[in-house]
Amino acid sequence: MNEISKVIPATKPDDWATDQEVRWCPGCGDYAILKAVQRALPELGVEPHNTVFISGIGCSSRFPYYMETYGFHTIHGRAPTIATGVKLANPKLDVWLVTGDGDGLSIGGNHMLHLVRRNIDCQVLLFNNEIYGLTKGQYSPTSRPGTRSPTSPTGSLEQPVKPCAFAIGAGGRFVARTIDTAQKHMPEILKRAHAHKGTSFIEIYQNCVVYNDGVFDAFTEKKSAPQTQILLEHGKPMLFANGTRGLKLNRETLRLEVVDVVEGDASQLIVHDETNKAVANMLIDMPFGEFPVALGVIYCDPASSFDEAMQAQEQQLTAGKSADFAALLRRGQSWEVKAEAGR
Amino acid sequence: MATAAKVPDEPHGPSSGGTSHEVVHRDSVVVRFAGDSGDGMQLTGGQFTLSTALAGNDLATFPDFPAEIRAPQGTLFGVSAFQINFGSTRIETAGDQPDVLIAMNPAALKTNLPALRQGGLIIADTGEFSERNLKKARYEANPLEDGSLSAWQLLAFDISKQTLESVKPFGLGNKDALRCKNMWTLGLALWMFGRPRGPIVEWLSAKFAKSEVLRDANIAALNAGHAFGETAELAGPLKQFSLAAAEVEPGLYRTISGADAIALGLVAGAKLSGLPMFFGGYPITPASAILHALARLREFDVTTFQAEDEIAAIGAAIGAAWAGSLAVTSSSGPGIALKGEAMGLAVMTELPLVIVNSQRGGPSTGLPTKTEQSDLYQAVYGRNGDAPMPVIAARSPADCFEVAIEACRLALKYMSPVMLLTDGYIANAAEPWRVPDDGSFTPFPAKFREDVPEDGRFNPFTRDPETLGRQWVKPGTPGLMHRIGGIEKGFASGNIDYSPENHQKMTDTRKAKIDGIARDIPAQAVEVGNDHGPLVVVGWGSTYGPIRQAVELARSKGHDVAHVHIRHIWPLPANLGELLKRYQRVLVPEMNTGQLKTLLRDQYLVDAQPLNKVSGQPFRIAEIEAAIEGMLAQ
Ligand SMILES: Cc1ncc(C[n+]2csc(CCOP(=O)(O)OP(=O)(O)O)c2C)c(N)n1
Ligand code: SF4
Ligand SMILES: [Mg+2]
Repeated sequence: MNEISKVIPATKPDDWATDQEVRWCPGCGDYAILKAVQRALPELGVEPHNTVFISGIGCSSRFPYYMETYGFHTIHGRAPTIATGVKLANPKLDVWLVTGDGDGLSIGGNHMLHLVRRNIDCQVLLFNNEIYGLTKGQYSPTSRPGTRSPTSPTGSLEQPVKPCAFAIGAGGRFVARTIDTAQKHMPEILKRAHAHKGTSFIEIYQNCVVYNDGVFDAFTEKKSAPQTQILLEHGKPMLFANGTRGLKLNRETLRLEVVDVVEGDASQLIVHDETNKAVANMLIDMPFGEFPVALGVIYCDPASSFDEAMQAQEQQLTAGKSADFAALLRRGQSWEVKAEAGR
Repeated sequence: MATAAKVPDEPHGPSSGGTSHEVVHRDSVVVRFAGDSGDGMQLTGGQFTLSTALAGNDLATFPDFPAEIRAPQGTLFGVSAFQINFGSTRIETAGDQPDVLIAMNPAALKTNLPALRQGGLIIADTGEFSERNLKKARYEANPLEDGSLSAWQLLAFDISKQTLESVKPFGLGNKDALRCKNMWTLGLALWMFGRPRGPIVEWLSAKFAKSEVLRDANIAALNAGHAFGETAELAGPLKQFSLAAAEVEPGLYRTISGADAIALGLVAGAKLSGLPMFFGGYPITPASAILHALARLREFDVTTFQAEDEIAAIGAAIGAAWAGSLAVTSSSGPGIALKGEAMGLAVMTELPLVIVNSQRGGPSTGLPTKTEQSDLYQAVYGRNGDAPMPVIAARSPADCFEVAIEACRLALKYMSPVMLLTDGYIANAAEPWRVPDDGSFTPFPAKFREDVPEDGRFNPFTRDPETLGRQWVKPGTPGLMHRIGGIEKGFASGNIDYSPENHQKMTDTRKAKIDGIARDIPAQAVEVGNDHGPLVVVGWGSTYGPIRQAVELARSKGHDVAHVHIRHIWPLPANLGELLKRYQRVLVPEMNTGQLKTLLRDQYLVDAQPLNKVSGQPFRIAEIEAAIEGMLAQ
C-alpha cells in the first residue's frame, strides 16, 4: 500500500477550524498558537480525517475542540497515555498532543517521560505559560522561584523544571522551542516536527494575559528580540544581535560564551549541529540575561520509534503463522472423554 | 538418543505387582503438598493435577503461596502449599480438609496441620526435621517423635536421603541433587493414586531439553519415589487409593486456570467481534498472569502493552478503543483504584472497554497472593460522579472463558466500559475444562459508522434507540471528524455543554443505558433446589464451589434450601428481586464484610443475612453448611 502516492486535496487554514466558539480569554497566547497550527497544517500534505489532536486538561488542552480533525480532550495529565494507545492501534494516524506545563510536567510528568522515552511517533505541543491557567493562577512546575500566586502568596520556593531539558533527559530525539507570537517561526518548527519520525517535543512560550502576563516579555518584545533571542539553524554559526554577537564554546571550561563578532568573522563561533546532545543541553541551560534564549530545533537525532518497532516485530512474529483458534483452545495436554457406557 | 531413565509401561490404577498393599476405594480424595517456597511445590502440584486429569477424575486445585519470591528457607511464612481435590464425583472445591498432607519440612507441617482431617495421613521428610529447621518452625520438640501427631497417621522417612541415592549416578552437587526431592515425592504420590508417570516424563524431557543430566536425574527421582511405594515394606499407613473416573459430559478436555481462561475468552471475544485486541496492563499479582498469557498470542491479532503504571494502561486502552480496537485493561484492587478517573472518562466518552479485576486481599497492598471478594463496592460504585458501569463476575476457572466473552459483548453492544471480576483463587486454580467448539458462540460483529450524513453534520452521540449505545467512528474515517472528551457534552453533538437541562438529560441517559442491560441478560436461575422455600443461599464469584456443595449436603440431609449464584452483578437480572422474595430467608456468604448483601438489601429491601470470611482463604464447605443449619434452626 502506498499512501503517499495518493493525491491529497489541498486545504486552507480555515478548513482546519471548527464552528465552535473559542473560549480563551481575549489576548491569550493560545489564540496565536491555534492560528499558527492552522496555518502550518495545509503545508504538511495531510488530511483532516487522518489527523488526531489529543489533549489533557487545562486552558491549553481545550485546543482539540477548535480543530476540524478527530479530537480527544482527555483527563488531566494522561494525554500521552491515550495518544500511545491511539498510535499503537492505528499507526497510520497523524497524532498531535497538546498539553500545558502543569498537565504535561506536573500531574502527567511520568507519562510524558515514558512517551518521550518510547519515542512514540507524534508531535507534542507543550504550552508553557509558567502557571496553572484553568485553575486560576497557581504557580506551576515551570514557574520561576518567587512567583506570587494564590498558593504562594509570599513567593514560590521551588526550582523550576526546564521542559526541553526534561525531554532530552527522557531520551527525546527531537526538541525544539518557539514563541506563541512567532507566526513565521512556529509553522516552520511545526513542519520540522511533523517530518521527524518519533516524538517531536516542542515547548511553546505562551503568554497568559490573566495570571502571568508578561513573564516572557524580556525576550519576546519585538524591539529587543534580536538582542535576546538566538534562532538556531542546523549547520550555521550561532549568531544573534543582527550578526554582531555569537556563541562560542570555550574549549578549556567546556562552557558557552557570548562573544562579539568583529567584521562578520564568525570563525570562532560554534556551528549548530542538531545531533550534538551535549551542546543541546548547554543551549537549554543558558541563563537568560547573560545569554540570549535559544529558539528553533535544539536537538534532532532520529531513532526508531516504539510503534514502528512494534509493527516490525509483529510482522516478523506472525509471518507464516496461521492463527488457528481451535488449536489454541486445545493447547497443552488434553484428553478425550468418549460417550461410552460407564463414563 | 538414549534416555537413561526409562518408564515401564504401566496400567492406570493401583498396581498389581510388587508388595501387596491395602487398596482403599474412595469417591474423592484431598491431597496437600506443602514445603518451602524453594521446594517446587507448585510445580509438583501442577504436574500431579495434569496426571489426575488424564486419569479421568474431576478435580479442583488451590495453590496457596507466600508473597515473597524467596522467603528465608525453612520459615513459617515461607511455606508454599498446593491442594488438590479429585474424584469420581463432581468436584466443586479444592476440598475442606486434606486427607493426605505431604510435608517437606517442619514449617510446612506446622502451618498445614490444622487443616488436616482427623485421622488423615501425614507423609513427612525426616531428613528436613533437623534441630535447626525445628527451631525455625518454632517447634520445641520434634513432632515426629514426641507423640503429638497421634490424632493422625504418620509416615515419616528420609525422603532427602532416598532422593540423594536415586540421583547418585548423575554426579550432581548436593544442592542440585536435593532439588529432585519434589519429583521423588511426586513419584510416590503417583503410585499412591495409580496415576501414570508418562505425561510427567514427557514434561520433564521438554523442561530439561537443554540438560540431559538434570532431565535424567529428575526422571530417576520420579521413578525411585514410585518404586518406593511399590516395593517398600511399609506396614501401616501407606495405602493405595483407587478412584474411578468421574462421569462427565463427553468431549475434549484440558485443565485450565482462571487467568488462562480469561485470556482465551478475550481472544474469543475479539474473534467474535471481528476486531483486533489491544491489552494494556501493568504487572501486579494476581493479574499479571493474564498479561503474560496474551503476550504470547500476537498471531491472534493481539497487541499487549506493558505501560508505565495502571493509569497509563487504561489510558492506552481507551485510546485504542477510540481508534477501533477491542480494548482491555487488567489489574488487581490497588491498580483498579488508580484507574478510577480514567474509567469515568470511558463512561463519559462512551467507549467500549473491558476492565478485568483479579481481586486480592485488601485494603491497600493487603494480601497480594491471597484471595478475597472485597472489590464489589469498588466495581459497582467506585468512581466519581454518577458513572454507571456493568459488572460481571466469574465463578470458577472454566467459567472465566464465557464471562470474558460476555464482557466483550456487553462493552461493544452498549459502548461502555465493563468490569469483569475474578479473584486470586480463580486466577491460580485449575480445573478440567471441556474445550468448546469453535462455532458454539454467536458472533457479535462490531459496527463502525462510515457514511457521511447528507447535511455533513455528524453527531457522534447519536444513539441506537434500543440499546442507547452511541455510534462508533474510527479516526481516519473521511467526513466524520468529531471531538470527544470527559467534559459534559451536548446530547447529540458531543460539543461542550454545561447547561442544566443537558447534564440532567445526559446523566439520565447514561443510567438508562446501563439499566437497560438487565433486559439483555439471562433471567436469574436457581442452581440447586426449589424456586421458593425457607432459605436461599446467594453467592457470586468464586464462592460457587463451597456454596453449591454445602447446599447439596444440606439437601441430602432433608433441608429445603436453594442456591442462587449471580453472574451479572450490575445491572442485576430483572427477575432477581422477585425471585429472592419467594424465600423466607436469604443467606449471603462472601469473602468480604458483606458487600453483595448490602447491594441486595438496597435494591430489593430483602433481609439478606451475611456470612463473611476475610482470612485470605476460600470458604470451607462445612462453614457454609453450619450457617445453613443455623439459619434453618432459628
Ligand atoms: C485530577 C485532576 N486534578 C486537578 C485538576 C484541576 N486542574 C485542571 S487544569 C489544571 C492545571 C492546568 O495547568 P496547565 O497544564 O499549565 O494548563 P493551562 O491552563 O495553564 O494551559 C488543574 C490543576 C483536574 N482537572 N483533574
Ligand atoms: S487563563 Fe491564561 S492561559 Fe487560560 S485562557 Fe486565560 S489567558 Fe489563556
Ligand atoms: Mg500552564
